[in-house]
Amino acid sequence: MKFGVIIFPGTNCEHDVYHMIAKVLRQPVEFIWHQSHDLAGCDAIIVPGGFAYGDYLRTGAIARFSPVMEAVCGFAAKDGLVLGICNGFQILLEAGLLPGAMLRNKGLKYVCQHVYVRVESTNTPFTSRAQKGQVLCIPIGHMEGNYFVDRETLQRLENNQQVIFRYSTPEGQITEAANPNGSLASIAGICNHSRNVLGMMPHPERASEALLGSDEGLIIFESMVNALVHS
Amino acid sequence: MKAKVYVSLKKSVLDPQGKTIHTSLRNLGYSSVEDVRQGKFFEISLDSNLSSADVQREVERIARNVLTNPVIEEFSYEIE
Repeated sequence: MKFGVIIFPGTNCEHDVYHMIAKVLRQPVEFIWHQSHDLAGCDAIIVPGGFAYGDYLRTGAIARFSPVMEAVCGFAAKDGLVLGICNGFQILLEAGLLPGAMLRNKGLKYVCQHVYVRVESTNTPFTSRAQKGQVLCIPIGHMEGNYFVDRETLQRLENNQQVIFRYSTPEGQITEAANPNGSLASIAGICNHSRNVLGMMPHPERASEALLGSDEGLIIFESMVNALVHS
Repeated sequence: MKAKVYVSLKKSVLDPQGKTIHTSLRNLGYSSVEDVRQGKFFEISLDSNLSSADVQREVERIARNVLTNPVIEEFSYEIE
């Protein structure tokens, strides 16, 4: 089993993800440069956060045209596990691997804080170790996390249980006050129809050791390891 | 040849920046302002040997495939 962490110019969370996989999960991991045309035989791909291409034009808009994204799309089409975190989520949206788009936060401010997200479905390789309704404390740090999609697509996401995380109170209530960015239906993370691609705005790698203030994000990576072991 | 491409959020999408600018303008005394939408402007220079039909086709492709995200944005353009 090997994890691959994609790096674009401007990515800045790759070492956090690498550390978490190598030192906390103790699994093989390697970096993949965005000019690469293949994924170096990796079994799971993580598109980490940052500001790929400086967020020029739109977040993720230039990154999606990098050579490596063609390989990532091919990998995803063959049911490979792909996790996009924050800017990685935005890139997956632009690449069309996930539906919807990100608008600027409702408050127009960059929001950097610990938030609570409720696990809406455990029927994914990313949440299989969690409990439905479990609340995870994971930090966010973004300017464009205000998820938007048309009404029909939202209905489809809800019907297929593709909404995987919603911003909530610590008790798991979905309220407007607990929604940090105005995201539609308090959406913090969604998966694709085949459930092998997940995008989420919170940074689980920043909540993977008690030393960091929370290790509640680790369950997402543990679920991935579990899925790979049993595949 | 030059193309001017304007990209803005669809009318159905809330534009928080435009809203904030609108509120500020009202507060500054520009009471006639009824709405503000913020967008992006691109000035693109193209091969002058292209026919105007080709330029139009190329600009539309660029605007649709790269400059806008069709989920939230729309575009218009002028060719000079």
